[in-house]
Amino acid sequence: MFKTSFILVFATLILSASYPENEVKVYNFKEFKSEILDKKENNTLMVINFWATWCGPCIKELPYFEEVNKKYANKNVRVILVSLDFEKQYNSKLLPFVKEKNLKSEIIWLNDTKYNEWIDQVSPQWSGAIPATIFVKNSKVLKFMEKELELEELESTINNLL
Amino acid sequence: MKNLVPKIILTVFLGLMTISTVFCGGYNVGDMAKSFTLKNVDGNMVSLSDYKEAKGFIVVFTCNHCPYAKLYEQRIIDLHKKYAAEGYPVIAINPNDPVKQPDDSYENMIKRSKQKAYPFVYLFDETQNTAKSYGATRTPHVYLLNKVQDKFQVAYIGAIDDNPQSAEDVENKYVENAIAALKKGKKVAISSTKAIGCTIKWK
Repeated sequence: MFKTSFILVFATLILSASYPENEVKVYNFKEFKSEILDKKENNTLMVINFWATWCGPCIKELPYFEEVNKKYANKNVRVILVSLDFEKQYNSKLLPFVKEKNLKSEIIWLNDTKYNEWIDQVSPQWSGAIPATIFVKNSKVLKFMEKELELEELESTINNLL
Repeated sequence: MKNLVPKIILTVFLGLMTISTVFCGGYNVGDMAKSFTLKNVDGNMVSLSDYKEAKGFIVVFTCNHCPYAKLYEQRIIDLHKKYAAEGYPVIAINPNDPVKQPDDSYENMIKRSKQKAYPFVYLFDETQNTAKSYGATRTPHVYLLNKVQDKFQVAYIGAIDDNPQSAEDVENKYVENAIAALKKGKKVAISSTKAIGCTIKWK
């Protein structure tokens, strides 16, 4: 009995060590556009939040996106956290952060520094600051918000667009 | 009913235009910039009119704490070293509310400017009025001014260059190209870009 449970614990340890909590996809803007922004997904509302580990207000609102990701899991909602962390900080900051916070939402590292070439394609309203959040459905940007969101506002926006 | 649609669209469009004009505020390229008098890290008050010889200014709204401001810090120093002698000194202005961001207090500005031996003035926009009148929203956010008679005309607004992360990989040096055009008396080809950075911490 003791042996079996020991093996079980051991197996769990190995499994948890070999399977990362969350995969971080790496895209440049072209890939991000074709894989996410232009993707036609049957009426799925994509809630795309642009953030970075060094951005205080972003970190503050991140749990709300996690919350929404959980709460709307059975609805047509896909939460995507797009990190704009710097290349130097990908290994040293972003990956450890994702692991430490045990983030469950989909995570993309958008490594494309030619901001002026792509930022308008996300939204012409975007001044270039984060946090910023867009709501996309059937490859159309329905709403853009360049500010720190509260859980209530995030949920009501989603409910309105669903 | 069908005919109504274009009208509705037009109304909404005009409405949006009004909103954006109301909220955007600040300067557009071509506008004449107001002078200001702000406190430098050395304790002296500085205003644009103190620079009798200047042909213009590289006004940069920046700060201590913002990661983008840090990435650009050396490039701002280099800009001043290169262009001050040519008549375009850097005027760095910190517009952040130190209550919201203690790293950006006047005392910390003094510290940072000493550590890095800033060759330019580093002014504290305590009331945030200068940032507001310029329409700055982020750090770093550049307003390149060109002296026209006794006034200063905004010649370029936006980012310093096209690569915040890596100075070596820059392909378009927006500010330097704009100054080069001004010196030749030519039109600035790219006169506005989006300045990627941190939001100014308003009171």
